[in-house]
Amino acid sequence: MIVNNQEIEAKEDSTLLQAASAMGIVIPTLCFHEALGPHGSCRVCLVEIVNGARPGLVASCTYPVEEGLVVETNNTKVLKTRRIMVELLLARCPDSTKIRGLANDLGIAEPRFDKENESCILCGLCVRVCREIGINSVGFIQRGTNREVTTPFQKPSEVCLGCQACAFLCPTGAIKFEDVAEERKVEKWKTSIKLQRCSSCSRPFFPEPLQLYLKEKELLVPENIGLCEVCRRKSLGSRLASILSRKSTV
Amino acid sequence: MQRIYNLQDLDDLRAEIKKRPQGKAITIAVCNGTGCQAYGCGKVTQAFMDEVTKHGLDVEIKPTGCHGFCQSGPITVIHPDGIFYQRIKPEDVGEIISETIMRNRIIQRLLYEDPLTLEKITYEKDVPFYKKQMRIIFGNNGFINPRNIDDYIAIGGYSAISKVLKEMEPEEVIGEIKNSGLRGRGGAGFPTGVKWEVCRNAEEDQKYLICNSDEGDPGAYMDRSLLEGNPHSVIEGMLIGAYTIGAPKGFIYVRHEYPLAVKNISFAISQASEYGLLGKDILGPSFSFDIEIIRGAGAFICGEETSLIASIEGGRGEPRPRPPYPAQKGLWGKPTNINNVETWANIPLIIDRGADWYTQMGTEKSKGTKIFSLVGKINNTGLIEVPMGISLREVIYEIGGGIPGGKKFKAIQTGGPSGGCIPAAMLDLPIDYEGLTAAGSIMGSGGLVVMDEDTCMVDVAKYFLKFTVDESCGLCTPCREGIKQMLHLLTRITEGKGKEGDIELLEELCQAIKDASLCGLGGTAPNPVLSTLRYFPEEYQAHIKDKRCPAKVCRPLIRYQIDAEKCVICGLCIESCPEGAIASEAGESPTINLDKCIKCGICLDTCPSEAIIVQ
Amino acid sequence: MGGVGSAGGGESFLIMERLEAIIKNYGFEKRALIPILQDIQTEYGWLSEDLLKQVAQRLKIPSMDVFSVVTFYKSFRLKPIGKYFMTVCLGTACHVREAPEVLGEIQRKIGIKNGETTADNLFTLETVNCVGACALGPIVMVNNEYHGLMNKNKIDQLIKRLYAKDL
Repeated sequence: MIVNNQEIEAKEDSTLLQAASAMGIVIPTLCFHEALGPHGSCRVCLVEIVNGARPGLVASCTYPVEEGLVVETNNTKVLKTRRIMVELLLARCPDSTKIRGLANDLGIAEPRFDKENESCILCGLCVRVCREIGINSVGFIQRGTNREVTTPFQKPSEVCLGCQACAFLCPTGAIKFEDVAEERKVEKWKTSIKLQRCSSCSRPFFPEPLQLYLKEKELLVPENIGLCEVCRRKSLGSRLASILSRKSTV
Repeated sequence: MQRIYNLQDLDDLRAEIKKRPQGKAITIAVCNGTGCQAYGCGKVTQAFMDEVTKHGLDVEIKPTGCHGFCQSGPITVIHPDGIFYQRIKPEDVGEIISETIMRNRIIQRLLYEDPLTLEKITYEKDVPFYKKQMRIIFGNNGFINPRNIDDYIAIGGYSAISKVLKEMEPEEVIGEIKNSGLRGRGGAGFPTGVKWEVCRNAEEDQKYLICNSDEGDPGAYMDRSLLEGNPHSVIEGMLIGAYTIGAPKGFIYVRHEYPLAVKNISFAISQASEYGLLGKDILGPSFSFDIEIIRGAGAFICGEETSLIASIEGGRGEPRPRPPYPAQKGLWGKPTNINNVETWANIPLIIDRGADWYTQMGTEKSKGTKIFSLVGKINNTGLIEVPMGISLREVIYEIGGGIPGGKKFKAIQTGGPSGGCIPAAMLDLPIDYEGLTAAGSIMGSGGLVVMDEDTCMVDVAKYFLKFTVDESCGLCTPCREGIKQMLHLLTRITEGKGKEGDIELLEELCQAIKDASLCGLGGTAPNPVLSTLRYFPEEYQAHIKDKRCPAKVCRPLIRYQIDAEKCVICGLCIESCPEGAIASEAGESPTINLDKCIKCGICLDTCPSEAIIVQ
Repeated sequence: MGGVGSAGGGESFLIMERLEAIIKNYGFEKRALIPILQDIQTEYGWLSEDLLKQVAQRLKIPSMDVFSVVTFYKSFRLKPIGKYFMTVCLGTACHVREAPEVLGEIQRKIGIKNGETTADNLFTLETVNCVGACALGPIVMVNNEYHGLMNKNKIDQLIKRLYAKDL
């Protein structure tokens, strides 16, 4: 394969994006995450196949490598089209720092299109991570311009764990969790999750459903169950102290 | 029904059906397609049955599928002579029976009158609408009752699959289809034989066939009419595909808006199964194939192959990136061959009569015939089947009978929301895949929407964008955000708020959306805008620069006025105006308060003296 | 009207039995979600949240998936419909024959927008992108009846007739 005039060998079953990354070529992405696989929706990672069975622009995150392909990742056509993709997303989410930064990199100051006031670019990372965890607390509804990400029946989620993976992956900061008193609240999903109290200091600290989930998956160290981070450290500390003191008495 | 076990059984059955006492010398074929049903043909059919029973006549009343000439529905053809009666009401039936059937007299009032020569036409074959057509696929609709498999067998049905099973290897079938030059009738025109070959060569045990009947282009309904009128031809095509590709299971995906098509194809599948023409051990011990019907649930995008697959799998009909192509990894990850209804219906014909016969029709790269739905501002609305390469002029003027009301032809839209508008200057363009693509449009599934001088091309472009915005799944940025922004731009232009640079921005968006979209819906969505920009730039300029809509369609750019000289001061417009925008001083002709006027056009429709002018 | 959500004890038992029968008919297969929802809608006229949750439970799929699917396809209705279900065809052939004017007139006359139902539950208004009866355009369907070659005057008469029928 030839990428940006450089001959390369790529692993079979990898994508153009992976092959390019392996060469140190940076292709901007929004909806892609290594752990979740490709989605192909934002179209920011476009590259051009200049020689192959089907030449043209393709999303590098979904397109598989092929013997003999000639690919360019930042020629004029690619940049021009990528710019419009980002400009369209900037018009949708003019206040997103991430999109603005990407736009700046591509030389876009202001979008030429009608601006909206959205914070979500519908990249689906939250939907996919929630599915990966096996919870399916959020998903896409409607279609076209009405498409959005929401909870079942647009009501407070009955299954959300409060794990915050969605917020962690969201590129635009559209999802925010906040712990208030005994609840973890997430406005975007209109949902509150009860926090468990620390069995030692009785401070609310951990989402109850998440605890259950981790228990079920056997992902918790038994002695840590029910302890907040501070108390866990304290307990660890005191255990260490006792070990040390035993050693010193020997 | 007796099960057919082998090829000999089928031949015997065919012979038996043909020998059946054809006692009924006269058959009255009553079109029962959806179009005619909308005209009320159900009551007409019942009236015929009642009348025949009443007189104890030896006449068969045959409810058939669509005959194509929807403009004149409900339609009846009396065989064997082929007497063609149109626009029949239940009240006419008694007379048809007593006069035409019992006394051999033609009823002049029910005949079709050629609008050009004013001549009354008695026989179906002489109706100009049919004369230029070549109805090799669609023509059988008029002769068979789609609810009776014997009708299909009688005209030679299921002989192509017999031939294949008897004497053809799968490779030979593929060779024949390749030689015929058949290309997909669903839109893109991919060579069918090549598609089959890729799927046949895919190394997997389980493979699937799909018949794409999610005919979503507005103004196109030929696939529906085939499923309704000749469902067994589609089943037979799929049988041949199943044998050739090695797929034991097929699906027919039909729009839910087509209830009659769903009924007729379901009926046909159960009849074919009873005969053993579907299911296990078809016409012998080595071939099995099943068909399941899936009803679409209302999403245009499901006409796209990968979306259709996602929908059959039970999910949202969202497209998937290609490669992998369905022929490699399709339904449930298995190799899947998808063809549309009309493509499947072509197959038995090609096998029966051979590729050599088939290639005599059409142009160099587009062989055979194509069924189109000819609709819009045209005298003869209906379904037509013509050889590839026929000119637009022949279709519009000779078959379509020209434009109603003596108006001027302006453009013809082909290919639905993925296609474009072809202007009057290109009337001699031959209709085939290459010709239409070169003209900036596409063949699509075969909708031909005729537009006259009263159609605003900017409005038409806007109409299609609205359609795609409505039907986009919203998955990828260019289609969801890009088309929406194009629609914003066009809406502003049609409201007189267009500005310099809008056209350039539109063009830039068009290119990016075409290049960057995930699937064909987005990839072709700019075509209606690009083609109208190409052929009607002056109309865009009139909207942007002069703030004028030449066709007087775009409301914000038109004004209603009352011509005092023509006005008869009857006051009807004052009464009819829903906004109270029209008032008059005693004895004077009224005036319209432009601030209040919402340009609904009711006064225009009400005025008896054509005194309302639109500017 | 009420719908399934507010149905009483005995009635809701029957509904669940019927629902079970429909799902069973498809062998509890996940891939049959769409046909199952279609059949349920045919039975009840619309799909309530309760029904959808039941379907999710019986098919052992997340209720998010069911909600995702029903909101994707246009033919699924999540609200009860009026006595007269009016569908205005906005196919291209109807469009060039002034279907938008016809739609505007209906909206003015019954005072609702597309997708809405009148307060008296008499009319529900929807648009469709082609019913494939283009010779009769513009077309308005009321329940399953076609009304072809419509114009503003005919709309006026049609709606008056429907109101009169209901008195």
